[in-house]
Amino acid sequence: MNKRLSWFVLLMLVLGFAFLYGPIVVLVSYSFNDNKLMTLWGGFSTRWYPILLQDEAVLTAAKNSFIIAAVSATFATVQGTMAGYVLARYRKFHGRVAFSGMVTAPLVMPEVITGLSLLLLFKQLDDVIGWPDRMGFTTVILAHITFSMSYVTVVMQSRFSVFDMSLEEAALDLGARPLKTFLLITLPIVAPAVVSGWLLAFTISLDDLVITLYTNGPGSGTLPQLIFSKVRRGVDPTINALATLIITLVASGVITSHILMTRSEKRRQRDIQLALQINK
Amino acid sequence: MAAERAKAEPSTQIWNDPNAQPYIRIENVTKKFGDFVAVNNVSANIYRGELFALLGGSGCGKTTLLRMLAGFEQPTSGKIYIDGVDMADIPPYERPTNMMFQSYALFPHMTVEQNVAFGLNHDKTPPDQIKSRVDAILDMVQMRQFAHRKPHQLSGGQRQRVALARSLVKEPKLLLLDEPLGALDKKLREATQFEIMNIQDRLGITFIVVTHDQEEAMTLSTRIGVMNNGQIVQVGTPKEIYEYPNTKFVADFIGSVNLFEGNIVEDEPGHVLIESTEAGCPIYIDHGISAAPGAKVWVAVRPEKMKLDKTKPDDANNCAGGVVKGIAYMGNMSVYLIKLDSGKEVKVTMSNQRRAAEHAIDWDDRVYVTWHANSPVALLS
Repeated sequence: MNKRLSWFVLLMLVLGFAFLYGPIVVLVSYSFNDNKLMTLWGGFSTRWYPILLQDEAVLTAAKNSFIIAAVSATFATVQGTMAGYVLARYRKFHGRVAFSGMVTAPLVMPEVITGLSLLLLFKQLDDVIGWPDRMGFTTVILAHITFSMSYVTVVMQSRFSVFDMSLEEAALDLGARPLKTFLLITLPIVAPAVVSGWLLAFTISLDDLVITLYTNGPGSGTLPQLIFSKVRRGVDPTINALATLIITLVASGVITSHILMTRSEKRRQRDIQLALQINK
Repeated sequence: MAAERAKAEPSTQIWNDPNAQPYIRIENVTKKFGDFVAVNNVSANIYRGELFALLGGSGCGKTTLLRMLAGFEQPTSGKIYIDGVDMADIPPYERPTNMMFQSYALFPHMTVEQNVAFGLNHDKTPPDQIKSRVDAILDMVQMRQFAHRKPHQLSGGQRQRVALARSLVKEPKLLLLDEPLGALDKKLREATQFEIMNIQDRLGITFIVVTHDQEEAMTLSTRIGVMNNGQIVQVGTPKEIYEYPNTKFVADFIGSVNLFEGNIVEDEPGHVLIESTEAGCPIYIDHGISAAPGAKVWVAVRPEKMKLDKTKPDDANNCAGGVVKGIAYMGNMSVYLIKLDSGKEVKVTMSNQRRAAEHAIDWDDRVYVTWHANSPVALLS
């Protein structure tokens, strides 16, 4: 094998990374810019971070975002798991095609449309039954569940479709009722997929702006909403600091989960090797 | 081997007792998946303490039948009774059966001990008893020292023993085994076969084993049900199935056989004479079959019941001339491939009694294939 990288491969690598991470590097470095003007470098400073952390509006928006993301991700995971289970297990039932189409429709639906239709729905509901009265946490959370559930459904459906059915049959055969079987056998085995479904829903919710704009009201503004409005009023370096914090949070989350996964995989491999050596 | 076992214990031949009540009654069971008929009008009686093997090729319906006994599939029509109880509306978790799965289906997130205890936990067994019963069964399959391992930390043979322990620990009335030894190598297989036979003797549980391996079925079982295209084509002890197959399919499926097509010339109570151009000689069988004269029959002769001679014998019956076309040396015996004068090829096995026989038969030698009058079986279909 050719051990030296050819100049072409190297160039592509550099360009690729530059394309992906260049903007982020710029953003992060300008968060340490002393100058109040975004585009002019005025020396190194960390002064935007304390300012950011004392900004009541930012902290409230961050809190709102996390509450909305956590609650909607949890509900979306429960519903998405159920939908994925049904779609993977029951090959034939009335309206299966319609159900499968509807449940994944938000994946391809333009967000502007989804948001608008939800807004109209909530307005209509308010006129007819006097609920939801006004836009706020409830409506945003419901809206987020609607689309993040689709992602969880896709994750769970693919997990359940490769699930070894004989494990459930074995549990039934040993006297466990169907619900117990699901809770004691099925769920623990698919738990990693459930967790990654939840994380996916959480990040999508945290990240969403368009649908949130339609369905949110005063007092429950999210971080993306805040950033969006701040940018419109003119960017100030606290936004860079905020973005840097978010990137750090996400990156450390990804790296931690990666380390945990590799470590458990390594342990598994070692166990298998050990088992093979001992058992002759 | 199993035939010897049955001979040693005549009381185990319970199926010959007209007063015996079958423990499992399968009555006209049919299972369809869409248009495909997986199990076609099967009836069978299985008695307490039997080790019954369902033997057949892939897709013959044996696993579907087993899954219906376990309750994972419902018969399209027909009834299954276990110990006199109709199983129609009884879900798997309420049936007195346990199953050992082909894939073992060990719960990956539980230790060996937890896997084995799972069934007892759902059985209202007192906790102190669970521990002792799990330990006892793990001792029996020699897996006690691995009690705290997870399934992926075990080798194939160990997993198989855990699966066996898990299906035995509840002491079911009926144990269903789906290709239990499929994934094991030959040595481990033989050891486990005897282990299963021991357990069966000791616990007196009724076993139904699904297998495609005729050797496994012959070794393990008291009786074999041979399946083909969703039907049980013959039920009998391993010896009956081997020596007296009732159809060409069974004769061919179990062991190796030479088949000659022919027509009945004489059918007396004491003997039959069959004309066969394929054999190139009249075939004389020393027991009668009831068939119309002139009827078409197939004569089945096992290779080990044939003999090779270099000189032509006196008796013209049961003697076909041919040329040696191939010899496979297997150590304890040799298989000879003979091309008869009719063009038909037959296999003959001869044990290698002497290291280098003086009259050794060699390639392209002119030989005569002979067999005793009680060796062939005449088959009508």
